[in-house]
Amino acid sequence: MTVGFVMMCHDALDRAAQVAIHWAKAGCPVVIHVDKRVESARYDGLVRDVSPYPAVQFCKRHACEWGTWSLVEASQTGAEMMLRRFPQVGHVYLASGSCLPLRPIAELSAYLAARPGINFIESVTTQDVPWTVGGLDHERFTLRFPFSWKRHRRLFDAYVNLQRHVKLKRRIPAGISPHMGSQWWCLTRQTLGAILESPRRDEFDAYFKRVWIPDESYYQTLVRLYSDQVESRSLTLSKFDYQGKPHIFYDDHLQLLRRSDCFMARKIWPGAARLYGTFLSDTLASENRAEPNPGKIDRVFAKAIERRTRGRAGLYMASRFPKNGWENGKTCAPYSVFQGFGDLFQDFGPWLHKATGARVHGHLFASERAHFADNYKIYAGALPDTAALRDYNPRAFLTNLVWNTRGERQCFLFGPRDKQKIAEFLIDDPNASISVITGAWAVPLFRSRRDFSDLRRAAARLQQVEAQQLARLRHIHTKARVRIWSMADFVDAPVEPLQSIIDEIGARANRRLSTAPQMHDLTGFGQFLQNLKNQGMQPYLMGDFPTGDVSETQTPVRRKPYLVR
Amino acid sequence: MRAWRKRRQLTSVQNRTAQIAGNDTLLFSTLRNERIRLPYFLEYYRALGINHFLIVDNGSDDGTGEYLAKQPDVSLWYTTRSYRKSRFGLDWMNHLLARYGHRHWTLTVDVDEFFVYPFCETRPIAALTDWLDASAVRSFGTMMLDMYPKGPLSQHSYEEGQNPIDIANWFDSGNYTISKNSALGNLWIQGGPRSRFFLPDQPKKAPALNKTPLVKWNRHYAYISSTHMLLPRGLNKVYDEDGGEKTSGVLLHAKFLNTLGQKAQEEVKRREHFANGAEYQAYHDKLRETDPDLWCNWSEKYINWRQLEILGLMSKGNWA
Repeated sequence: MTVGFVMMCHDALDRAAQVAIHWAKAGCPVVIHVDKRVESARYDGLVRDVSPYPAVQFCKRHACEWGTWSLVEASQTGAEMMLRRFPQVGHVYLASGSCLPLRPIAELSAYLAARPGINFIESVTTQDVPWTVGGLDHERFTLRFPFSWKRHRRLFDAYVNLQRHVKLKRRIPAGISPHMGSQWWCLTRQTLGAILESPRRDEFDAYFKRVWIPDESYYQTLVRLYSDQVESRSLTLSKFDYQGKPHIFYDDHLQLLRRSDCFMARKIWPGAARLYGTFLSDTLASENRAEPNPGKIDRVFAKAIERRTRGRAGLYMASRFPKNGWENGKTCAPYSVFQGFGDLFQDFGPWLHKATGARVHGHLFASERAHFADNYKIYAGALPDTAALRDYNPRAFLTNLVWNTRGERQCFLFGPRDKQKIAEFLIDDPNASISVITGAWAVPLFRSRRDFSDLRRAAARLQQVEAQQLARLRHIHTKARVRIWSMADFVDAPVEPLQSIIDEIGARANRRLSTAPQMHDLTGFGQFLQNLKNQGMQPYLMGDFPTGDVSETQTPVRRKPYLVR
Repeated sequence: MRAWRKRRQLTSVQNRTAQIAGNDTLLFSTLRNERIRLPYFLEYYRALGINHFLIVDNGSDDGTGEYLAKQPDVSLWYTTRSYRKSRFGLDWMNHLLARYGHRHWTLTVDVDEFFVYPFCETRPIAALTDWLDASAVRSFGTMMLDMYPKGPLSQHSYEEGQNPIDIANWFDSGNYTISKNSALGNLWIQGGPRSRFFLPDQPKKAPALNKTPLVKWNRHYAYISSTHMLLPRGLNKVYDEDGGEKTSGVLLHAKFLNTLGQKAQEEVKRREHFANGAEYQAYHDKLRETDPDLWCNWSEKYINWRQLEILGLMSKGNWA
């Protein structure tokens, strides 16, 4: 017994001829169906190419259109001819002109001989199929499809909707339950003959003529009627992308295909000379390999679909520019924003870097320039510190920075003195973790000892900016992780908040806080606030700082850098 | 229409378009005094599988025309008319595209632009265009990536036939900004070394880096502004807005070679470029003051397309 191939061709006929000859030389009969729409000169060329090989025959041609009955009709014609002309054929393999055998024919024959009576055909009930295009699964079998999906999409859709609307349904013939699967199968002579010579064939054909994409359901359904030896998988490796069109194999897939141990692959790009040369060569090593294992190829293609449909989070580029809300991640990684920490502590940046290993920048959105870590003028990705370039598109500046430093946690200081345009983006980004010590912007004012009326004006402005920020940070739609402490609370007990910050960044797991950053000397800060009040300004964001000497001694203003735990 | 009126400005020097076969991929370009760059340019694109070159020579006097006329796969037109008044050669390009590009995949590039797409080392351009056809995609987007050498421009001298990317083999990997042009639907990408170095205080004036050079042409299509945008506007939709990545490439832009100084001088004199050559004026000024070094600590050295894809400058999309 041998295996015979029914080959459906419409394109790249020279490649089809090459494969057909390869099979004929190996002693396998081939019946070729050529789409009637192929012009006769090209058809004649194919006939001429294979004419030295009597095992290659041509069957009656049908005009084939994707998704229609014509494809089943063509395969029926081919299969009937195969069974009639070549009695030695035990299994019939349905292939296309862009299929390529990956293993020697002897291995396929041995594989089939070891599994007599088994039909290899993917055949799954409609409920269990995840891959249908256009959302039609069970409805393929219960609606009518007189309009071409490719040429008259609107009519097709309108008619489907109409039928749904009026609940028009077709009756499925008694005794069959719809199954679907890959159209590339390998059936035994017995089963295929039973399907083609069925007394109910006219009834089935009439029904499937009106089914949508019958080449994925005709044999897949009927095989269940005539055989209980169904191995529900295709021997042909054929993967579909998210649009339902087959992935194509090129020369650079050679190793992947070789290692897949599959018997056949589809579709091969006609220009893939190296694939054709390798897999059709007479010296293709027979390695007695095991079961087909396309796992690796599956992963490559699954990744491709993932890339096309979800993309890389936080990436904005020439072919990915998501609408607001469709980013699957506005930035590519979590990052931290600290407001007030730089004002309150002398050495917050170096301390945080030491404690967590994260990269800690200064005020990235300072009005004069972006203060990158280590005072770089240009940072990762050749991102310049120029204010004009940054402010031209602050959002791109930030997403670029986070993208360019993938794998390293970024932290930066922010505050009411900075350019505020980015604030909206930060608040909206779930990757942002924003920690605020409210009112700490007053510390630099307090320490500056500038003219008091200037200070008063500055304080009023900064307080206003921060108050607006806080309102937005506390808004119900805020997506960032936000933690807010009033300065008074923070100064009172800084250890716990600092520990929580380190835990969250968590680069060095389970670090107990052993040192705290050095706080600025706040002696007289309470009096400073009181002076502002005396000038008619009301500093409230820092919380309750008692005035006067008595309470100052109670406030732990000069915290020791080393904590005993 | 405009292009059609301007067609008389072109004189055919060597018309070999009869050689063009049904599914050939065609390259269109306008150039001036680029003799030294041509041998490698043609070699690069022949290797990608370009079947025919259609080139407008805008008044070269350095042997460019003679060299091109001798090439077996080049059709050449000549004009001495104003580059600026023909909208920077676009009218000429649109005319030739409509006339010869109809129903072909067409690649419209400058002589210092090198098209890189996913798998370009192993798959010829026909593999890409076949796949685009099968996916019902008509246009293919790229970002122009400015390449530069390490060290002052004058330090490396470009020799005829040499791959300019061997000299200008560094680039900025992540300082680009994007906004969407709502009128025509194209993206507007700016940034890179030209922004960073030449125009740090005028980000708005930085040149556009988005380009759509590869199009399955139809005689009703037209480029609007260089190859940055096209009509009909659907052709500009080379990007995904729902979070996914469409397949895209990069145009390696080898402008920053030692030949630039001379070029900038010439262009400023001719005042034939955008906004009276504001861009060239900026180069010219900087080039005159100093011999610029665009390289910085964070510059990335070019390896291959896979590197560009990992860096997020291009994407395989669902082409695997």
